[in-house]
Amino acid sequence: MNPFSSGTRLSDMIRAIRASKTAAEERAVVRKECAAIRASINENDQDYRHRDLAKLMFIHMLGYPTHFGQMECLKLIASPGFPEKRIGYLGLMLLLDERQEVLMLVTNSLKQDMNHTNQYIVGLALCALGNICSAEMARDLAPEVERLLQFRDPNIRKKAALCAIRIIRKVPDLSENFINPGAALLKEKHHGVLITGVHLCTEICSVSSEALEYFRKKCTEGLVRTLRDIANSPYSPEYDVAGITDPFLHIRLLKLLRVLGQGDAEASDCMNDILAQVASKTESNKNAGNAILYECVQTIMSIEENGGLRVLAINILGKFLSNRDNNIRYVALNMLMRALTVDSQAVQRHRATILECVKDSDASIQKRALELIYLLVNENNVKPLAKDLIEYLEVSDEDFKGDLTAKICSIVEKFAPEKIWYIDQMLKVLSEAGTYVKEDVWHALIVVITNAPDLHGYAVRALYRALHTSSEQETLVRVAIWCIGEYADLLVNNAGMLEVEDPITVTESDAVDIVEIAIKHHTSDVTTKAMALIALLKISSRFPSCSERVNSIIGQNKGSFVLELQQRSLEFSSVIQKHQNIRSSLVERMPVLDEATFSGRRAGSLPASVSTSGKSSLGIPNGVAKAAAAPLVDLLDLSSDDTPAPTSSSNNFLQDLLGVDLTQPSAQPVSGTMQPSQAGADILLDLLSIGTPAPVQNGSTNGDLLSMQDNNTPLASLDTISSTSPTAPSSMMDLLDGFGPTPPKIEDKGPAYPSIVAFESSSLKIEFNLAKQPETPQTTDIEAKFTNLTPNVYTDFLFQAAVPKFLQLHLDPASSNSLPANGSIKQTMRVTNSQQGKKPIVMRMRVGYKINGKDVLEEGQINNFPRGL
Amino acid sequence: MIHFVLLVSRQGKVRLTKWYSPYAQKERSKVIRELSGVILNRGPKLCNFVEWRGYKVVYKRYASLYFCMCIDQEDNELEVLEIIHHYVEILDRYFGSVCELDLIFNFHKAYYILDELLIAGELQESSKKTVARIISAQDQLVEAAKEEASSISNIIAQATK
Repeated sequence: MNPFSSGTRLSDMIRAIRASKTAAEERAVVRKECAAIRASINENDQDYRHRDLAKLMFIHMLGYPTHFGQMECLKLIASPGFPEKRIGYLGLMLLLDERQEVLMLVTNSLKQDMNHTNQYIVGLALCALGNICSAEMARDLAPEVERLLQFRDPNIRKKAALCAIRIIRKVPDLSENFINPGAALLKEKHHGVLITGVHLCTEICSVSSEALEYFRKKCTEGLVRTLRDIANSPYSPEYDVAGITDPFLHIRLLKLLRVLGQGDAEASDCMNDILAQVASKTESNKNAGNAILYECVQTIMSIEENGGLRVLAINILGKFLSNRDNNIRYVALNMLMRALTVDSQAVQRHRATILECVKDSDASIQKRALELIYLLVNENNVKPLAKDLIEYLEVSDEDFKGDLTAKICSIVEKFAPEKIWYIDQMLKVLSEAGTYVKEDVWHALIVVITNAPDLHGYAVRALYRALHTSSEQETLVRVAIWCIGEYADLLVNNAGMLEVEDPITVTESDAVDIVEIAIKHHTSDVTTKAMALIALLKISSRFPSCSERVNSIIGQNKGSFVLELQQRSLEFSSVIQKHQNIRSSLVERMPVLDEATFSGRRAGSLPASVSTSGKSSLGIPNGVAKAAAAPLVDLLDLSSDDTPAPTSSSNNFLQDLLGVDLTQPSAQPVSGTMQPSQAGADILLDLLSIGTPAPVQNGSTNGDLLSMQDNNTPLASLDTISSTSPTAPSSMMDLLDGFGPTPPKIEDKGPAYPSIVAFESSSLKIEFNLAKQPETPQTTDIEAKFTNLTPNVYTDFLFQAAVPKFLQLHLDPASSNSLPANGSIKQTMRVTNSQQGKKPIVMRMRVGYKINGKDVLEEGQINNFPRGL
Repeated sequence: MIHFVLLVSRQGKVRLTKWYSPYAQKERSKVIRELSGVILNRGPKLCNFVEWRGYKVVYKRYASLYFCMCIDQEDNELEVLEIIHHYVEILDRYFGSVCELDLIFNFHKAYYILDELLIAGELQESSKKTVARIISAQDQLVEAAKEEASSISNIIAQATK
C-alpha cells in the first residue's frame, strides 16, 4: 500500500461530514475529499480505488457532482477480484443511468461476468443489467440472460427473470425469446424463481397477445393449482408473514390470473373457485392479508362476469371502506373507482360513506374520494351532492380548496337541471372560494347569464347581494361588476322579479358605490379595475344623473401608472364629457354571447375537438342535453380541469370581449380578418378597449360603427393617447381617422403584417416579412431573410420547408447559396392557405449549410405566424 | 413497478436512494426535496400513501427513518408496504436491531441488501433467510480476498526485510 497516500478512511470522511455544523463547512470537507479522490484517480492508485469509489457514492448521495468517478467504476468492474467488482457494480448503478454513453463501455465486462465461473459474480452482473440497462445493451445481452434462465442455481435464475423483464420493457420485440423459458419457470418450486417467473410471464403478456393466448392455454390450470397449494399450505416459517404463507407470491399469481382471465370466459371459469376461496378465507386483520384481498378483488372485477364472486368482492370493498385504518380506506376508494365501470349501482350504495371521506383529515383520502364522488354524480343526485360539497367548501383546507372548487364547478356546469340553479351554485362557489375559480369557469358563467334574458335581473341582484358579503373574492367581484355594468337598470328597478326573490332597494348611486368600492379596493388587480372602468362607463349612460360622479371616479385613474387604466380612463372620460350623443349607442348592452362558440373555443380552438368536448364541457346551453355521461368522458373532462392554464385561445375569448388583454399583449399580432361570427361584438368592444392590439377591420359593417361615422366627429383628443399603443398604431389611427374627411387608405394595400422571427439559434436567424395581395386573400407572400450571426462564412446554404396538406408552398430560389460572415441573404416563397381563417399557417423547416467544409443542420417548426393568414 | 426507493431521515437527510427509472441528476434532487417536504409533514395517523405527479409514493416511518417507494397508479399499495417491511426486517436481522447510524456508516451494505431484494423495480425474493444467506456468502468472499491480500503483503514485507 502507498504509505504516502493522504486519503482518509470512509468512516472518517462520513464522520467529518456529519460533524460539519454548517452547509459551508460540509462543502469544504466534500471539496477536499473530492480533490484527494481526483488526485488518486490521476495517479491510477489501485489500492484505494474501491475506497475512493465508496466515498464518491456517499458524496453522490449528498447531491454533489461525481461524474469524474464514472470511469473508476468501469475499472473496478474490469478487475478480477470479487470485492472490486462488487463495489464497482454498485457504483455503476448509483453514479450512472441508462442514458449515459459511458454505459456502453461496460457491455463487454457484463458479458464476461455473466459467463464467470463464480455465481456471485454472475449475480452482480445480472443485478446491474436489470437495474440500468439501455435498449442497446438489452439487445446485446438478451441471449446471455436467456441462457441464465436455465442456470443451475435458483438465485441466478430469479435474477435472470427480472433482467428479462427489464429487457422486454426496453425492447418489447425481444419478448418472443422469453416465452418458453418463462413458461418453464412457472413450474418451479423455489419461491424466488416462481415470483419472478410469474412476473416475467405477466410482463410478456402485456406486450404480446400471442404469448397471452399461449399462456392462457398452457398455464392457467397450473397457476390455479399453484395458488391453491400456496393458499392451503401449512405454516412455513421461511415465507410466513402474519400467518400467511408468502403474500408476495399470492399477489403475483393473482395478477397473472387477472391478465389470463380478462376477456376469456373459459380461463375465468377455471379460476373462479380458487378466487372465491382466497376472497373468503384470507384473514383481514393484518396488512398482508388485506393486500391479498385487495389484489383478489381487483382480479375478480377484471375477469369475466360471475355474479356471486362480484357480490363477494363488493362486500369486501364495503368492509374496507368502513375500516378504521386509513390505508385500507384509501385502497377501497381506489378500487371502487375501478369497480364503477363494472357495477356502478353497487358503488352508488356507498355514496354517503364516500362523501364522508371527502371530508377526511387525510389529504390523500380526500383526493381519492373527491375523484370518486365526481364520477358518481349524475342528474338525479347532483343537487344534494353539490349542496354538500359547497357546504364543505367553507370549512375545507386551503390546499384542498383548489381541487374541490374545480370539481364542484365542473359538476354544476355539467349536470345543472336549470340555469337558475346553476347561477345560484356558482354564486355560492364564487363567494366562498372565488380565488380558486379558473378563468374559463367564470367566463362560462357570464356566457350563461347573457343567454338567459329572464334571469338577467335575478343574477345581477344576487351578485349585488353577494358582493356585499364577500368583497374579497376577486372573481366574484369581476362577474358582479360585469353584470352591474350590463344590467344596472335591472338592478335598480327590480325588473323581472322572480317569486323566490326578496325585493331589494338599490338606488342609482348605490350601484355606482359598489363599483367604486371595487375599483378602489386594494386587492383588486388591473383586470378587475379595467372591468370596473367599463362598468362605470356603461352606468353613466344608463343613469345620466350619475354621469358627473362616474366621470370623477374615472378621472381618478387618469394618473394611473398602468398604461391600460390610464388610457381607458382618459378615453372614457372624454366619451362622457364630449360625446354625449354617441355614448348611449357606444355602450349598448352586449349582444348575447354565443355559447357554442365559447364552449368550442374553451375546448381548444380545433374544430375537430369541438364536436366531442363541446357537449361535455358545458351542458347548460340547451338545458336538457345531458345524456348520462360515460365515465370516460368524465375522465377526459376531469383532466382538462386539472391543467392549470386552459389553452390560450379559450382565454382570449372573453378577454377579447372584455377588452382586457393585459396578460399577453404581444401574443396577439395584428390580424386584418376577424372571425365573421363575432365581428359585431368584437368591433364594438374594440372601441372600448383601445389599448389592446386587436384592430378594427375597416370594411366590416356594424350599426354602431356606421352611426358613429355619420357623426363625423373627429375624436382628436384621443389621437394623442393612442399614439402610445405599442403594436398597432396604424390600425388605431385608422379607427380615429375614419371619422374624419379622408377615407382610410389601408384598404387599398391589403392588411399589413408585422415581420416575425421564424427561427433563431446561436448561429442563424430567420425573419419572415409577410404580405398579401388584396385580390388573393388566401395567398401570403413571404420574404425570408437569413442572417448569419457568426463570423464564419456559410457555404452550400439550403433552406427547405414543409407544410401540412391544407397549405400550398411555392419556394423561389434564394438570392445566394452562401452567407457571408454576419451578412444575410433573402429568399421568397408563397403560401396558399385553403383553410384561411380556420387554420393558421404552420411550417416545418430545415436549414443545411457548411462551415469550413463541416456540415451543419438546423431544424425547427414555425408556428408563430399571425392568426388569419 | 417501483420507480425509486428513498430513505430519508426525519431531518430530511437522504440516507439511501435507488432509481429504477431514469431521472437526471437535477431531477433527482428535485424529487427528493419535493417528496421529503410532503412526507415529513404528514401527520402520524394518516394513510401511508401520497399521490404525486401521477404516481403513488408509499412510505413508512421506522424510528427516525422514512422508507419511501414510488410506484405506478395501478400497483398494489398494501403490498409495497409489505415489501418495505420485508426490507426493514432483513436489515434488522443483518445489523442486529438496525439504527440510522448503521445505515449511514454501512450505506453500501444497505444497498447490497436492497439489490438482493429488488431488481428492475420488482421483488426478487420473498424469503428473508435466502437474502441473508446470499449476503453473508458474498461478505465471506470479500473477507477471504482481504485476508489473502494481507497475507501476500506480509510475505512481501518479510521477503524484502
